[in-house]
Amino acid sequence: MDVLVLLKQVPSTESIIEIAGDGVSIKTDDLKWVINPYDELAVEEALRLREAHGGTVTILTVGREKAAEAIRTALAMGADKGVLVSDPVLEGCDPLCTAKVLAAAAKEIPFDLIIAGQRAVDDDAYMVGSAVAEALGIPSITMVIKEEISENRIQCQKTIDGGVAVVEAPLPALITTQRGLNEPRYASLPGIMKAKKKPLDSKTLADLGLDPQTFTAFKMKIVALNPPPERKGGQVVEGETAQEKARELVRILHEEAKVF
Amino acid sequence: MDFDLSIEQEMIRKEVRKFAKKEIAPIAAELDENEEFSSSITRKMGEIGLFGMIVSEAYGGQGLDYLSYIIAVEEIARVDGSQAATIAAGNSLGIGPLYYFGNDAQKKRYLPKLCSGEALWGFGLTEPTAGSDAGGSKTTAVLEGNEWILNGSKIFITNAACDLSLGVTVQAITGTRPNGKPEYTCFLVEHGTPGFKAVPMHRKLMWRASSTAELYFDNVRIPKENILGNKGDGFHQMLQTLDGGRLSIAAMGLGGAQGAYEAGLKYAKERQQFGQPISKFQAIAFKLADCAMEIECARNLLYKACWLRDRKRPFEKEAAMAKLYCSEVMGRVTDHAVQIHGGYGLMKEYDVERFYRDQKLLEIGEGTSEVQRIVISRYIGC
Repeated sequence: MDVLVLLKQVPSTESIIEIAGDGVSIKTDDLKWVINPYDELAVEEALRLREAHGGTVTILTVGREKAAEAIRTALAMGADKGVLVSDPVLEGCDPLCTAKVLAAAAKEIPFDLIIAGQRAVDDDAYMVGSAVAEALGIPSITMVIKEEISENRIQCQKTIDGGVAVVEAPLPALITTQRGLNEPRYASLPGIMKAKKKPLDSKTLADLGLDPQTFTAFKMKIVALNPPPERKGGQVVEGETAQEKARELVRILHEEAKVF
Repeated sequence: MDFDLSIEQEMIRKEVRKFAKKEIAPIAAELDENEEFSSSITRKMGEIGLFGMIVSEAYGGQGLDYLSYIIAVEEIARVDGSQAATIAAGNSLGIGPLYYFGNDAQKKRYLPKLCSGEALWGFGLTEPTAGSDAGGSKTTAVLEGNEWILNGSKIFITNAACDLSLGVTVQAITGTRPNGKPEYTCFLVEHGTPGFKAVPMHRKLMWRASSTAELYFDNVRIPKENILGNKGDGFHQMLQTLDGGRLSIAAMGLGGAQGAYEAGLKYAKERQQFGQPISKFQAIAFKLADCAMEIECARNLLYKACWLRDRKRPFEKEAAMAKLYCSEVMGRVTDHAVQIHGGYGLMKEYDVERFYRDQKLLEIGEGTSEVQRIVISRYIGC
């Protein structure tokens, strides 16, 4: 069972995001970078599959050279090898473009299953996983909270509005992760030392046989970045008793907030 | 000069920090309040490789350099002194002597369990009448046939009275040296040996979630081969163990200072008085500036001592300096941090209260600040 994990490096969710002076980018100097949390679930699930069925776990990333840190962390968690596709042309490309590059790179790596995060928590596009499956012509199951593999098929539970759907697909397939799938392990100290000796290949678009020229058309232009409006303070509902407070709350919801 | 850590050292810091935040921070205050040693958190720390960090892989260790070990202790101490104590004592005092002075059979017997965090080992040195003055110790060992017979007691022994405690290294008097001073030898005593009793010590000011024990040896018979190294090596083994141990105590001071400083800075930026965050008042800002500066100095001093040790160069003077300085810096930083928190700093709801208490041990354990000054003054030729 060879599993390929699509992984992105994102700013830590605890980072304080500030807009840079140019108004169209964020300050990155003091940012801490981590594995996208949904991709961390993907790494964990891949490791569990390898533990159950044997095989290999490969990490595939499109990103800046700095993203090698995230791949190394996944290797320290236990993945076998990493591939980083890095090219200046890809700076500012849209999610479909990223998916094309990932798909091209995936064709050179043997896999039975691809696991991706449902989305990256920095741009929240929700597109790359499914787009990679489309480009490779394989089925995709998104938002998976449980998977089971038997006889070349994968059966998944995926979250849908108000419930859970059970979906099945033949392998090779691609699935994307949803919170609740698993609890990712920590990279252990000996794992970190072992990661040092694991292969991490760097590739450019040319290495993948892709023409950088065709990607310039996919550039996104950010027109402006604005911080979300500041939250207003809460309101304390006055009243002597619970009944009074409830009555007052209903009045506020009805007359002031006009929710009904 | 190169102040950059290796990629692996940076990753160790990041992962241990993540672990400490997720696994230790949520339960630290409660364990402290209940004075409860947690075997489950100890095992979890073992799972990510926090025991046997400097032990070679052949004995189940992690095969790391000393600086990596110190960074890991620092990151645990940044969140909780008690768990850092379990780690520091486990590695430096429990595993250290076995690894450095034990024979192959002893290492194979104990180290794999100790390096995985399944079991803990104590270091029995301090006695009720022998603290800074090791010469005041009274525990004796007499060879009778194929057995050593131990009598005496030890006090303040970390990791020696919990359900994971597997045994202790005990320093005992085995005779008189030519110069008239006592001859010391170390022995390995397993828990469960008849006549050996380990009693948990409670009602502590600090490290309340770590295991501290009084040990009693009443005609304890152990096999002849349970000697550690050679007869008469005990004194040097102890000194060497404490030299390395000082670095881990220093790491606890550095990490504790960092944690208290961050808590103080965060609070100062949030707390409003007179219409602005108190961090805008120079009286508060200067305290935090002093903290930041002293922590930077402490880290450079400690990392340099580790750098020397990793290059097998003399590090004893720097280790004493780092132990003394880092523990005193944590004292000043926790004092500032509590002051900045005002009345809230006196309450258990805020972590700085625990950091303030936990700090005091660092100036007393593994050689008091006074003893460190003696060590340093001897190295500079006084």
